[in-house]
Amino acid sequence: MADSTLPARPAGPARRDQPRRIRQRLGSIGAHGFLVVASILLAGPFLWELLTSFKSLTESVQVPPTWLPSSWHLSNYTAVFDAIPFRTELSNSVINAVARTVAQLLFCSMSAFAFAWLKFPGRNVVFALFLSVLLVPSQLLVIPQYQIMQDLHLLNTIPALFLPGMFSAFGTFLLRQFFLALPPELHEAARLDGAGPIRIYWSIMLPLAKPGLVALGLLTMIWSWNDLLWPLIVNNDPGKMTLSVGIANLQGVYLTNYPVLMAGALMATLPLIIVFVVMQRRVVEGIALTGTKG
Amino acid sequence: MTEMATRDVAGPAGSRNASRAASPKGGAAPAAGRRRRGRGRGPNTSAWWALFFLAPTGIGLGVFYIWPVIQTFYYSFTSWGPFGGHTFTGLANYRSLLHDPALSSAFLNTLWYCLLGLLGIPVSLVLAQVLGRRGRKGVSVYRTLMFLPVITMPAAVAIVWRWLYNGDYGLVDELLSKVGIKGPYWISDPHTALIAVAIVGIWSTVGYNMVVLMAGIQGIPRTYYEAAELDGAGPVRQFLSVTLPLLTPSIFFVMVYSVIGSLQTFDLIYVLIGPTNAALPQSQSVIYLFYQDSFINNNRGYGAAMAFVLMLVVIAVTGLQFRLQKRWVHYG
Repeated sequence: MADSTLPARPAGPARRDQPRRIRQRLGSIGAHGFLVVASILLAGPFLWELLTSFKSLTESVQVPPTWLPSSWHLSNYTAVFDAIPFRTELSNSVINAVARTVAQLLFCSMSAFAFAWLKFPGRNVVFALFLSVLLVPSQLLVIPQYQIMQDLHLLNTIPALFLPGMFSAFGTFLLRQFFLALPPELHEAARLDGAGPIRIYWSIMLPLAKPGLVALGLLTMIWSWNDLLWPLIVNNDPGKMTLSVGIANLQGVYLTNYPVLMAGALMATLPLIIVFVVMQRRVVEGIALTGTKG
Repeated sequence: MTEMATRDVAGPAGSRNASRAASPKGGAAPAAGRRRRGRGRGPNTSAWWALFFLAPTGIGLGVFYIWPVIQTFYYSFTSWGPFGGHTFTGLANYRSLLHDPALSSAFLNTLWYCLLGLLGIPVSLVLAQVLGRRGRKGVSVYRTLMFLPVITMPAAVAIVWRWLYNGDYGLVDELLSKVGIKGPYWISDPHTALIAVAIVGIWSTVGYNMVVLMAGIQGIPRTYYEAAELDGAGPVRQFLSVTLPLLTPSIFFVMVYSVIGSLQTFDLIYVLIGPTNAALPQSQSVIYLFYQDSFINNNRGYGAAMAFVLMLVVIAVTGLQFRLQKRWVHYG
């Protein structure tokens, strides 16, 4: 392509080169200006949250507001511990996110493997049934799900937080796409070598679908961490709640003490923000995959 | 669960050793392999294996997702007493749904959330185009900053925005006053509460839409742009004639996802608006009303009917979008 275009433009582009470069320069500055403004709009609230969390209550309601705290108060952070059982809720959130993520990675990859590589009667019907789950907004199933938890005597327990979230039609589809993208010869060759389905699944397919597993794992972790409605419904003992509910409750205690509320909001989101910043590339790739493959 | 995981780890390792040991022993091994493959194709062996691999997710989805759909449908014809227990009341719930002013306004509010939420897509598209340009510097820094709202817990986001929207000391009104606008009490004013929620909704999804659209833009073959450039098309023309048509599948996905997300608005209403807010009727979503009726007022049968209607609406809207896509989505 490049070769064929070269002879076509001998003198022309060379003459235009100088203004063109200037125009590109200006365009680049304009683009960065635009991106900086967008970044401020999207990330600015977090900066304001951080700054407010260190201010005293009186300073936070000063008019006009100060940007930097005149003195940095850590007391807002300790106040969070007094208002809600933060440590317990943090560990509940971690257990909830890890249990859902580990279970989904194992279970979804198993079912995805079956749909992608095993031939069995009724495969399309079962697949359509799985597909139908995707159409139903999960919030609408909470009444029967609550009843099931009640029947299992699991209300107000930690397992109640993660039990339904261990299974996912979405995860099955996402991983199925990954398995389908692998060369079929691989499966054939492994079978000819006498490998059984479990070995093909665990030692051949799973390692090759690693990008998909990482994507699903991170997405599940984010969704589990942030979920509000389900823990709110299924548990009401503060010691059995996740941080999302804890933060909503904190608002009930410190109605308008915004410095404390900001400190609490920051503490509840920080673990996930750290995971995201460290794994930024993977998270974004995973999100992009849901758009192109999911 | 961990028991299962370790069994799976042990399984393949064990069988690997066994087959390594067996295969050099002579001509029997390939034949056995072929016979096994033949058997694997037959209905029996494969069906058992499929059952094994599908069982966890299949049972889980069946118990917690598929069966509840049927149950929700059944509950929607029942009335619940204050101490549990329910009686069959036929279509009574659906009849009251029709005459519930709270529900019709909640549906109207939710419709607004869907429409306003779509406004975030052109913004995301421009961002994706500018950020996704070849050789753009600082992509990962910008992307991290813009993506923060997407990964942050909506409950925490709502608290932060409550502070930003505060009518007396909030940053939003403070900045507006700098340009001479007297800002409202955003979340307690019935005229602005819905807009305030919608803005936070857009704010928290722009980064997601941008990333999906950027992946779509980067998937467009470079040769199309080279051809367009040879034809003398400038950047704007290239965007309109190459990027936009080829990006329609991604735009379609983002639209469907955005509408489904807006139909499910709950967390923002619960924390940002709150149950005692005077502006609640003008801003509450269907899911919020559903939560209120089913779990606060313990009117489960009525809630189930509401849930079922909303489910039909979601399916209908999504179906409609898929039907309409033939008119404007180009699959290269």
